[in-house]
Amino acid sequence: MTHTDAPLPLFPLRHLLGIRDLSPPDIENLLERADRAVSISRQSEKKTSTLRGRTQINLFFESSTRTQSSFELAGKRLGADVMNMSVASSSVKKGETLIDTAMTLNAMRPDILIIRHQSAGAAALLAQKVGCSVVNAGDGTHEHPTQALLDALTIRRAKGRIGGLTVAICGDILHSRVARSNIILLNALGAQVRVVAPSTLMPSGIEQMSVNVFRNMEEGLKNADVVMMLRLQRERMAGSFVPSVREYFRYFGLDAEKLKAAKEDALVMHPGPMNRGVEIASEIADGPQSVIQEQVEMGVAVRMAVMEALLDPRRNPEGPSA
Amino acid sequence: MSTTIFSHARIVDPSRGLDETGSVVVQDGRIAAAGKDALNQGAPEGATVIDCTARTIIPGLVDSRVFIGEPGGEHRETIASASQAAAAGGVTSVVMMPDTDPVIDNVALVEFVLRTARDTACVNIFPAAAITKGLEGREMTEFGLLREAGAVAFTDGRHTLSNSLVMRRALTYARDFGATIVHETLDAELAGAGVMNEGLYASWLGLSGIPREAETIPLERDLSLARLTHSNYHAAKISTGMAADAIRRAKGDGVNVSAGVAIYNLALNEHDVGEYRTFFRLNPPLRAEEDRLAMIDALKDGTIDVIVSSHDPQDVDTKRLPFSDAAAGAIGLETLLAVALRLHHNDEVPLLRIVEALSTAPARIFGLPGGTLKPGAPADLAVLDLNEPWVVNEAGIRSRSKNTCFEGARLQGRVLQTMVGGLTVFDA
Repeated sequence: MTHTDAPLPLFPLRHLLGIRDLSPPDIENLLERADRAVSISRQSEKKTSTLRGRTQINLFFESSTRTQSSFELAGKRLGADVMNMSVASSSVKKGETLIDTAMTLNAMRPDILIIRHQSAGAAALLAQKVGCSVVNAGDGTHEHPTQALLDALTIRRAKGRIGGLTVAICGDILHSRVARSNIILLNALGAQVRVVAPSTLMPSGIEQMSVNVFRNMEEGLKNADVVMMLRLQRERMAGSFVPSVREYFRYFGLDAEKLKAAKEDALVMHPGPMNRGVEIASEIADGPQSVIQEQVEMGVAVRMAVMEALLDPRRNPEGPSA
Repeated sequence: MSTTIFSHARIVDPSRGLDETGSVVVQDGRIAAAGKDALNQGAPEGATVIDCTARTIIPGLVDSRVFIGEPGGEHRETIASASQAAAAGGVTSVVMMPDTDPVIDNVALVEFVLRTARDTACVNIFPAAAITKGLEGREMTEFGLLREAGAVAFTDGRHTLSNSLVMRRALTYARDFGATIVHETLDAELAGAGVMNEGLYASWLGLSGIPREAETIPLERDLSLARLTHSNYHAAKISTGMAADAIRRAKGDGVNVSAGVAIYNLALNEHDVGEYRTFFRLNPPLRAEEDRLAMIDALKDGTIDVIVSSHDPQDVDTKRLPFSDAAAGAIGLETLLAVALRLHHNDEVPLLRIVEALSTAPARIFGLPGGTLKPGAPADLAVLDLNEPWVVNEAGIRSRSKNTCFEGARLQGRVLQTMVGGLTVFDA
């Protein structure tokens, strides 16, 4: 990278599988690197040679245009060779297992594998079987660490800090890996975390997850510094968790009225893709408090930071071992 | 006449409430005498005498819930390989589940199993037949003909009958033939996509939970129907304190009900799942520690009658997958006894009670020979060193599949010799 800042401490992990594995200094380390990466993305010359010669494979078992492009762009800006494995056209559809696919890709000697999979624990399973670094880009309803990191970076850049802030995470907590990663990360950095959702969309044991639990938006948003909306993941629902979209929007959709309960300068966030008129009103999504576009920008920076940290040449000067 | 005498052994025979030092005399495949007075008449001439000082002899284990891959899944386990594993674990009789391909739901399949067992197995294999054809939960199988052919019980194996009317009719019809209906209860709809015990731990792992009620709702229904029909009902594998309470109440009311527990629900809890370890994906799932302790209490007070291995061989193709996609089940024939003995070594359950739940009780419930060292009984027995420590390791596993949840476990108590009908089928 072309920054002049002092080098950051070596990132201690080979993989990024979940926020759970990170200490607060590890998180700071990544956020600091990401801050520096933001400036690269804002230059007209966006390509660096940090990962020149390295191979990055994006292995997406669940389609996700935005996360996949974010990782792809991050890799390209670092100078890596990026390959996208599209599952629709791969042998996974022919019954090949995740591990067989992983072993095949591993034999092609990539330096880093980015995996998105519909099953919790898939990234960890892959990491056990391959020789390169693995980044979890979302595994089932378990974790989505880069999303939590980009959310933290967005908050930190807007508010100057994370410790002491009140963050309300609202919506489909039950099916949300974003919520899980954020609960862990925000707690680690000293924020007060609230969750707001109907009880059918709360995971079992939520009261013991270091959060304050609310079933009412106005109460949950009261004096919040950050309002983080979650997508109502309709495609994941095995059954009917809420009776209708209009009832959900009435009680849990973020509109101007409900947002009034939060602090005047509260940030409105959403990991995307949004269901306008389901969990968030358009006027709020596009309104002055929304930092949803910043989140997308920070996403590229965080992913650059993560890959650069995992492939730090100080650790691994010769590339992947045989 | 061939005679073998095991002398100076600690003899634990729950069928007679006996725990004393003495001899076991085996003559022509049967127990001639067992106890401190066994040699009062003097040793028969020409007998082979085996000194069993510091060893313990128990009736061979009767494992009433064993899944075998033959026919249809021989790469996972055959009747022969399962029997080798059983023998090494001191198990002399096995009740084989009907979840095969094809399903054991007709006389020809029962005969196939018995014939294959006769020709290839070194322990007794007793087939259980399906309650419903194809395990589909709709049409009853031929209980009468299947029983005559040798089916010892009726169960839909891994499947739970969701239709209460089918269950009622099965219980009613089975009564006429003195047959026992054995049932695993899991409300598939309530369990949904659940793969482990519902709770905080599953929530953090991002895995769907199976609530305890998914076990108890169909169980309570079955107990009501067993009360209504006066039939014999056996709850195959309970895992929750609530289920134990329900069984306890039903027994108190005089319902003909008995219950089993899988060894893993006595020995492990949900935290053993660790980082998505698929060998710990089980049915019923590993529950919370309170449930495990409730299982021990229920075993101690007789609410739970039998301990089963629920031996369920799975190959890498069904286990080397993300947790939610992996098949449920673990092998257990070889470790059943030693894991159960933990309860003895920890002073949680008396030895006599443990051995009863592993041999005498299942033999009684399913009407099988064995489970006793009474004179005249078949000489199905295991000689143990109750205290010998050992470590489970994959390389030593005889089962064709290696999906044990006790890999690396330190166990105490080892089978030294197993005898089935007077023939030594395992000798360490």
